[in-house]
Amino acid sequence: MLRWIRQQLDFDPPHQSDTRTVYIANRFPQHGHYVPQKFADNRIISSKYTVWNFVPKNLFEQFRRIANFYFLIIFLVQLMIDTPTSPVTSGLPLFFVITVTAIKQGYEDWLRHKADNEVNGAPVFVVRSGSLVQTRSKNIRVGDIVRVAKDETFPADLVLLSSDRTEGTCHITTASLDGETNLKTHFAVPETAVSQSVSQLEALLAVVECQQPEADLYRFVGRITVTQLGEEIVRPLGPENLLLRGARLKNTKEIFGVAVYTGMESKMALNYKCKSQKRSAVEKSMNTFLIIYLGILLFEAILSTILKYAWQAEGQWNEPFYNQKTEQERNSSQILKFISDFLAFLVLYNFIIPISLYVTVEMQKFLGSFFIGWDLDLYHEESDQKAQVNTSDLNEELGQVEYVFTDKTGTLTENEMQFRECSINGIKYQEINGKLVPEGMTDDFPDGSVPQLSREEELFLKAVSLCHTVQISYDQTDSPAGPFSHANGISIQMEYYASSPDEKALVEAMKRLGVTFLGNNGEKMEVKTFGRSETYELLHVLEFDANRRRMSVILQAPSGEKILFTKGAESSVLPYAKSGEIEKTRVHVDEFALKGLRTLVVACRHFSVQEYEEVDRRLHEARTALQQREERLAEVFAFIERDLHLLGATGVEDKLQEKVQETIEALRLAGIKVWVLTGDKHETAISVSLSCGHFHRTMNILELLQQRSDNECAEQLGRLARRIKEDHVIQHGLVVDGASLSLALREHEKLFMEVCRNCSAVLCCRMAPLQKAKVVRLFKTSPEKPITLAIGDGANDVSMIQEAHVGIGIMGKEGRQAVRNSDYAFARFKFLAKLLLVHGHFYYIRIATLVQYFFYKNVCFITPQFLYQFFCLFSQQTLYDSVYLTLYNICFTSLPILVYSLFEQLVHPHVLQNKPALYRDISKNSLLSFKTFLYWTLLGFFHAFIFFFGSYILMGEDTSLMGNGQMFGNWTFGTLVFTVMVITVTLKLALETHFWTWMNHFVTWGSIAFYFIFSLFYGGIIWPFLHTQDMYFVFVQLLSSGSAWFAIIIIVLSCLFPDVIKKVLYRHLQPTSTQKSQVIEAQQGVGCLDSMCCFSEGESGGARLGRLVDRVMSRCDPARVRRSWSDLDPFYSNDRSILTLSPVESTHC
Amino acid sequence: MKKEETAETANRPDNTAFTQQRLPAWQPMLSAGIVIPGFVLIGVAFIGIGVALFVTSKNIQVLERDYTGVEKNSPCFKCTNSDTTNCVCNLNFTLSKLFEGPVFFYYGLSNYYQNYRKYGVSRDDGQLSGDTDNFKTPSDSCAPYEYSQKKPIVPCGSIANSFFNDSFRLFQVINGNRKQVPFDGKGIAWWTDYNIKFHNPTKVNGSLQKAFAGTVKPPNWPRPAYELDPQDPANNGFLNQDFLVWMRAAALPDFRKLYRRITEGDYAKGLPAGNYTLDITYNYPVLSFDGRKKVVFSNVSWMGGKNQFLGIAYLVIGSLCVVMSLVMLIVYAKFKFPEDDS
Repeated sequence: MLRWIRQQLDFDPPHQSDTRTVYIANRFPQHGHYVPQKFADNRIISSKYTVWNFVPKNLFEQFRRIANFYFLIIFLVQLMIDTPTSPVTSGLPLFFVITVTAIKQGYEDWLRHKADNEVNGAPVFVVRSGSLVQTRSKNIRVGDIVRVAKDETFPADLVLLSSDRTEGTCHITTASLDGETNLKTHFAVPETAVSQSVSQLEALLAVVECQQPEADLYRFVGRITVTQLGEEIVRPLGPENLLLRGARLKNTKEIFGVAVYTGMESKMALNYKCKSQKRSAVEKSMNTFLIIYLGILLFEAILSTILKYAWQAEGQWNEPFYNQKTEQERNSSQILKFISDFLAFLVLYNFIIPISLYVTVEMQKFLGSFFIGWDLDLYHEESDQKAQVNTSDLNEELGQVEYVFTDKTGTLTENEMQFRECSINGIKYQEINGKLVPEGMTDDFPDGSVPQLSREEELFLKAVSLCHTVQISYDQTDSPAGPFSHANGISIQMEYYASSPDEKALVEAMKRLGVTFLGNNGEKMEVKTFGRSETYELLHVLEFDANRRRMSVILQAPSGEKILFTKGAESSVLPYAKSGEIEKTRVHVDEFALKGLRTLVVACRHFSVQEYEEVDRRLHEARTALQQREERLAEVFAFIERDLHLLGATGVEDKLQEKVQETIEALRLAGIKVWVLTGDKHETAISVSLSCGHFHRTMNILELLQQRSDNECAEQLGRLARRIKEDHVIQHGLVVDGASLSLALREHEKLFMEVCRNCSAVLCCRMAPLQKAKVVRLFKTSPEKPITLAIGDGANDVSMIQEAHVGIGIMGKEGRQAVRNSDYAFARFKFLAKLLLVHGHFYYIRIATLVQYFFYKNVCFITPQFLYQFFCLFSQQTLYDSVYLTLYNICFTSLPILVYSLFEQLVHPHVLQNKPALYRDISKNSLLSFKTFLYWTLLGFFHAFIFFFGSYILMGEDTSLMGNGQMFGNWTFGTLVFTVMVITVTLKLALETHFWTWMNHFVTWGSIAFYFIFSLFYGGIIWPFLHTQDMYFVFVQLLSSGSAWFAIIIIVLSCLFPDVIKKVLYRHLQPTSTQKSQVIEAQQGVGCLDSMCCFSEGESGGARLGRLVDRVMSRCDPARVRRSWSDLDPFYSNDRSILTLSPVESTHC
Repeated sequence: MKKEETAETANRPDNTAFTQQRLPAWQPMLSAGIVIPGFVLIGVAFIGIGVALFVTSKNIQVLERDYTGVEKNSPCFKCTNSDTTNCVCNLNFTLSKLFEGPVFFYYGLSNYYQNYRKYGVSRDDGQLSGDTDNFKTPSDSCAPYEYSQKKPIVPCGSIANSFFNDSFRLFQVINGNRKQVPFDGKGIAWWTDYNIKFHNPTKVNGSLQKAFAGTVKPPNWPRPAYELDPQDPANNGFLNQDFLVWMRAAALPDFRKLYRRITEGDYAKGLPAGNYTLDITYNYPVLSFDGRKKVVFSNVSWMGGKNQFLGIAYLVIGSLCVVMSLVMLIVYAKFKFPEDDS
């Protein structure tokens, strides 16, 4: 993709202007100095490779990875100089690794090629030389007029010229682009809308000027110049005129459009984003360990080289009579010899860096991530959505989260809006049974009677039902007569589509209340007020944007009066209101917010004729501007949306999702701090926070709100910090709003962080999307470098999701932008608990053990080789045969750890979920701390010493070990060490395994058996293609010796004994809470069967707990029952007990 | 979502034990309750095995004599001068009781690095398996013993060239008369080496010598390969038992190699008590690299030669097991319910 753009730019430097000029149907002006611009063709290329460049490009990409490059270097060194092992020993595993990766990537690319070909070869209809011609999608050129029929997708970014409707509108859905399922209306300019046939289009003389391609889906600036009867008419073009590639035509028979952006320059293609690579903490530690091991490797190689020369300084060792050097060796330069010796040692010890580590880790992550998608507990029945893993690189990071930043709307709440209350002209109303009832009154109207609405009430209702961008879809809308044919019938098939759920809820509520929005037909909006139809002419829409936080429509009422209706956040409407019950409304809005309702304020403005003319002119100017259109529009909008008359406010309820409270509590017990970041008012936010358990009633709530200056902010922060210090028994919660936050972050970051760290819950309200990301970044980069997780559902959470270490998208109602940009996505907030506490815990333990074990087994592997150098004059003699060197990592010891890392369950998932405190056991990357790393490395060295010196002492006096008095040679010695090592290393993993499925048994015992069978086979044949037959019958001879068997047993067991003892003593003297819960689990005997029925039947947690308690009761003494009750299930105790419990939990963890 | 009622649960994951991560599994816990009895059992078993191994090893008799001739008073001192050739020295020793048979006779070398990398690869397995192609062009790894005066060396390489060439004859001295103890030189090399791995080249006209035509002997050898054993024509070429033993390079710098077995005649039951003298034809120079040469008489059990290590190791580990299980028992009794006292 980039290549294409670059190509485009490189070839075409003169056209790097800000705009591109498209001549419709490529009718270039006959006269004048026109230089045709060069545009990309309409071919979509998502594939990375072609047949020709696959091998070099793929190899290049693979060798950019440090580990692969390292092994390539080793391989080249082996080719160049005389080294102890043949190049095959490192070449073969490298080849294996590279091939496996290349096959995987090649296959993926092949799929992409297939998809590309399908897309590029799709048939399309293009107007050429006066007729409709069918061609392939890839042949579309910029300037071509394309015909698209109903339910087809657009093959390029088109500017709509005309549709089958006279007004030149069409409906599209952009579900595949941004996931928004609502219908959107797009318009053609009136001058082209009339050209509805091929012949008319043929006569059309028009030029489109527009900006150069850019990725923003919602931005398009251009203008069209239509030459009609020798007169040039200029019309503005905006996103509502542009049909994006990938969107689908709906409810419209056919449209004609001119291609402006094609192929890789279309907005869809520009949005193929290569996501920034996130690296997990484990991966970082892994790289650190690799560097340490590289250090060990270099140290060993240098030490060996130095010792070799120290030894050789004495002549008798340098060249004894039995081991003469060749002439060449004698004459080569000392320095060269030194270097080549060093390299030879490097090659000899290079296996200490585990080559298969990366492959295994990748396989583990890739395969392991399936378990998330497969998990029934993360599947949402109602919406039929299962969890989705977008990147498997971060699985283990889920076990390390310290801060959760969550969005409120749609994440903690359902985002299912329900109109509840409103305030009209200073009076509060509630909706009861489809009627608006003033506060204090009951629903005492006799049934059927139509309540008499006051003028204000009616205006308010109309305003709400007109000021929006809702679309209507009728189920059978093929009839060109359009929506109005249904107007008088029972409009049951009518369904509203809105990009914002608030709007939809409001329009639906208005329908219930008697003011039905019937749809907009071009520039007419039709409402039915208590049976009376009214038609408003829609003059302008001032679209919603996040900065203004309001939207407006300008309408011409049936009376001819021109009115502006505005609706928006109270903070962005009230200041501009001039008349109306401003104060009362403000009070009501605050009251709504306290109830947790989302509030919108509605206002209107009546234009005089002169005023409207000015408004109209300025709007037109701004809209047709090619430069700085946004700024100018904003300016005009500000000019229009003032001197408002306040009509009232609405209160919409957003229901909490189920189990939010339990989830937040579980996260808190797990030691995770939960921050709620929302764009809502702080009253709304606090009330939601309280209702979802983010804030407790017992919590002391600190506020940092409406700070206007730096100093004020600093003072307030200082006060808060003091209060926290004075009062450290009670838990604190902090509320910050966006404005104060930006002040606090600007100057007093440290103080702010200090306050935040001491608060157990923080709530940020009135946050802009970028501020959310900023907060996340602030914590990410703070000195403790905590692992952050951001979860959200809307486009406004994307920046935060991308910023955090782990980004989670909720598949909600606000499109799929968040899901697409997330690392993981699922349907409900409550799933977070299982994802972190169970999956995260498992993945972390699995991968941490995997990494440590890999280093351990390679230390075991190569240290005996190093020790052997002391007994062979540092001559780089290998201890093991080449085949063993090659296969150790890829055959003999690879599968058990892979299976372990896929299936290990230290504790039953049940227990993990019910006992969130266990999460603290693995926090701060504890299993990969330097201490544990040291333990594993030293254990590796310790075992290696036992293998080597055990075998050495056994053979040391060099007595015969065979009953027939014959002697062993060096290969037998090496094979003995190797055999002991394979068994020990495999059994060490067996000791670590807590969860033995049949697969673990199969690969563990299978690996050992495979080693024996392979060795028998390998040693049992004279291999015709091998240069030496060193290993012939060595293994059989070894096994025919009774002493060898006894030695293998004693060495293996003496390696494992200290480990067993250590484990037992630690378990009894210093048990971790994980180990304690293993005990509890064992006593309770929570078996597989139990968990199966628990999960599959979706049984409530309460009943599960009840059964659990029964079991405990029947088996344990009463004292323990009480304990495990409080330990096990904090969910079902009341708030107070949680509060008292949490410090207890944290102290003994 | 209302659109597709039919496919309402199309995305529902499978509810199988595998996908839900609840495969039936054995979940062992390394708690004291299991480990203590296990340790006691293993400990007792190990002590038992240890005693058996120790006793077995104890019963094995070994007689070891250094004959390098470093000290002036040692019998072979006279041979250490590199000028003397075919020097024979006598090593006398006395057995106070029967040395039970079958007795194995080893020679041993110290400070001798057969495991030197360049040395270890300096051989041509193709030649040794009788492939005459490799007679003409020996493997490069044989350098510097690849060619001699433009003629290929067979067998090439350092290992073959440094073939140990001291020879021994044992006499029992009965009343001043020397009675030769018969040595059995068969079966001292691995069966597979003798029968499969090593082959003589196909005889040309019934003569092994002609098969070696066009090649020269390794420089250090007194006689070419086909004349290694003048007494036994079958023990020549690459299938010479001593040669096979030598070609299996030792793992460590102090090593022994089996030379002969004493299994015949009057000595089938062992060497009776009495005086013996060993005639050593001293050829092999080791003093230049501080090496030592020795001879070893040993009998073997099923577990090989005398090896105290295994017995001791089993005894130590076994008793450690028992001790540790006691320690753990104390710990277990004291902290039986670790969750109760927190």
